[in-house]
Amino acid sequence: MRLKRTEVDMAEGDMTPMIDMTFQLIAFFMVLINFAQTEANDNVVLPNSRLVKPPEVALEFPIILHVGADGRVFLGGDDYTAETLRIGLDRELAVIRAEGKAVSDANVVIRGHKDVAAGEVQEIIRVCQDSNLENFALRVKEDRS
Amino acid sequence: MKIRNRETSQGTELNMTSMIDIVFLLLIFFVMTFKIVEMEGDFSIKMPLAGQGSSALDTTELPLKLRLRSDAAGSLAGIELNDIQMGNDAASFDKLRANVIGLIGTSTPMEVEAGEGPEIEIDTDYNLRYEYVIRAITAVSGYKDGDQVVKLIEKIKFAKPRR
Repeated sequence: MRLKRTEVDMAEGDMTPMIDMTFQLIAFFMVLINFAQTEANDNVVLPNSRLVKPPEVALEFPIILHVGADGRVFLGGDDYTAETLRIGLDRELAVIRAEGKAVSDANVVIRGHKDVAAGEVQEIIRVCQDSNLENFALRVKEDRS
Repeated sequence: MKIRNRETSQGTELNMTSMIDIVFLLLIFFVMTFKIVEMEGDFSIKMPLAGQGSSALDTTELPLKLRLRSDAAGSLAGIELNDIQMGNDAASFDKLRANVIGLIGTSTPMEVEAGEGPEIEIDTDYNLRYEYVIRAITAVSGYKDGDQVVKLIEKIKFAKPRR
């Protein structure tokens, strides 16, 4: 009996569709990636509100205070309590004064955790008022439901 | 004449392995750093230290006082707007909004200059959860009519903290 000898080559799949898809995925993630996450803090889960909209123009001289559920305040990498916040605020205000601007032009953005005691937020506002800050923004998550 | 190499010339094949390696590395980087962006917005509050602002001067406006009471666990125990009780159930924030509309006398969009209009003072118990304060601020500052936001009270301030 005659046997046919077939030569077995290395099977080579067509890579083109896979590479196409991979590039599409990369393009998708590149477009959606957001490097401006510096404002976020892992200790803070914001409350929701249906009324707020993302601001069209960025706030002038923002001082961002993250308030954790236990009342700790995070400002520029350090954490404070309502009593010691003054030290951190003075540092921020020195920067604003060095730029030749008035303290009352600064905006204090309060990113409060949804479960923090409201009194803690009031205390923080009071400390800011003592430093002559008067514009506050309570940051909340937009609820689209 | 002798002709060598009559074999058909094949297309040159690039070695794809290194490119695919890099592409997968990029893909993994983007997948790991991906985070869905949550839209955030602000409630603006202009609150100078007592005695500095001009708010004490305009006595023509109705003084609205919102009192939020909490229980020991920080949950909402009751809402009062100028001594009108509104309870603490799910509908109480809707009642609050209805009362605000009743008190400021309009449910149409207010054509007022920034810094004008009625003012409300929020007096909350110390340990009430912040979430309820935001819900109350949402209820008094407006409501959504379809896609349009109807504004009610834009001037919000806090009373002194209660220890």
